[in-house]
Amino acid sequence: MNFLDQYRNPEMVRRLADRIHQRSTRPVRLMEFCGGHTVAIMKNGIRQLVPPQVQLLSGPGCPVCVTATADLNKAIGLARLPEVIVVTFGDLLKVPGSDTSLEKVRAEGGDVRVVYSVQDALGIAQKDPEKSVVFIGIGFETTAPTIAASILEAERRGMSNYYVLSLHKLCPPVMKALLDSKEVRLDGIICPGHVSTIIGSRPYEFISRDYGIACVVSGFEPLDILQCIEMLVKQIESGQPKVENAYPRAVRPEGNKEALKIMESVFEVSNANWRGLGEVADSGLRLKDEYRAFDAEEAFEISQRSVSDPEGCICGEILRGIKTPLDCKLFGKGCLPDHPVGPCMVSSEGSCAAYFQYGATSHER
Amino acid sequence: MCLAVPTLVKKIDGQEAEVETGGVTRRISIVITPEVKVGDYVLVHTGYAITVMSGDEARESLRQLTELAEFM
Ligand code: SF4
Repeated sequence: MNFLDQYRNPEMVRRLADRIHQRSTRPVRLMEFCGGHTVAIMKNGIRQLVPPQVQLLSGPGCPVCVTATADLNKAIGLARLPEVIVVTFGDLLKVPGSDTSLEKVRAEGGDVRVVYSVQDALGIAQKDPEKSVVFIGIGFETTAPTIAASILEAERRGMSNYYVLSLHKLCPPVMKALLDSKEVRLDGIICPGHVSTIIGSRPYEFISRDYGIACVVSGFEPLDILQCIEMLVKQIESGQPKVENAYPRAVRPEGNKEALKIMESVFEVSNANWRGLGEVADSGLRLKDEYRAFDAEEAFEISQRSVSDPEGCICGEILRGIKTPLDCKLFGKGCLPDHPVGPCMVSSEGSCAAYFQYGATSHER
Repeated sequence: MCLAVPTLVKKIDGQEAEVETGGVTRRISIVITPEVKVGDYVLVHTGYAITVMSGDEARESLRQLTELAEFM
């Protein structure tokens, strides 16, 4: 796909970076909400390309990282049940719960399986009708419609051994919570690209309207991110914050209506528990009454263990944008990708993992 | 886990499609992108096409970027 490779063209990257240097006259603080952006920014050295007065902060956009310890404990509790097969995405496996992880439960004989596709979870359930298959539904608006579609598919196939533990989270409500907390001062937000393929760019309008913060939806190639930063700086310099889309090849203003329809037919909005932020009103999705038969919370007695977060880990503050991984005493010492202490080092989209892997040093905060 | 990769749609078969990335062919669901056609690029996330990528938009935004970069 030639025209997409061009979104990495080094000459264009350099010119666009120069353009940002030229436009930028004062310090601005931009938050990349999405963990995928954090990785792309670190990997492509974007922090070094932009002027020092353009500060880039990571936000709460890594689905594995924001999963609260109490919710992880639920997944772990399910994995301990002998009749249950827990199915999930790989990154969640190593994240420590209060006293163990899914990976350790698996080593002790629990049936925990990793899939790349929700459809594989349906396949597992169909192959083993004697067992109950519980899919750990983590993710944002990008993932929720696919899990909703899997539930509709299970219903269509008349399956009675497929369940979902819905830990889904919604982006605009948590952005609101973050801004209302006033802990972090922002001038602009790099809005999540793939969440926006589903919800569109309109749901961010309240951010520029009510909070006066610039919003630009971005893709994940170096040129996408630089273009997004250029647009944000331009908006901030002109004092006219609004919502713009720097990823029109994948994102329409209205989003993906079919995906939204499927998501809204299966799920309803509920409160959700976020690592670092606690309970945030209307920021989660639970199964609607009609689909309760697929709800793992209803079907199983999930043991509630004590909830304690990993000691010394500051993931919560990193997710709120008030600290960076370099502020953590354990970063690169007690906490490494091989033996992570917290989820931000476990997840491939976690800030700590991105900082570690791409060699961030203390002078580039 | 939220990253989605652009892939080429080779064949459509009801609610499923055969897609290809880097020589590897896979089957994915197109229930949430029913408008997709053979020859389109889609972003695939956890086994589902989540959006149809527009090649025209991709070329247009590159053109704008080039203009922006040259206007210096
Ligand atoms: S470096 Fe490790 S312990 Fe520190 S915040 Fe990151 S994940 Fe937590």
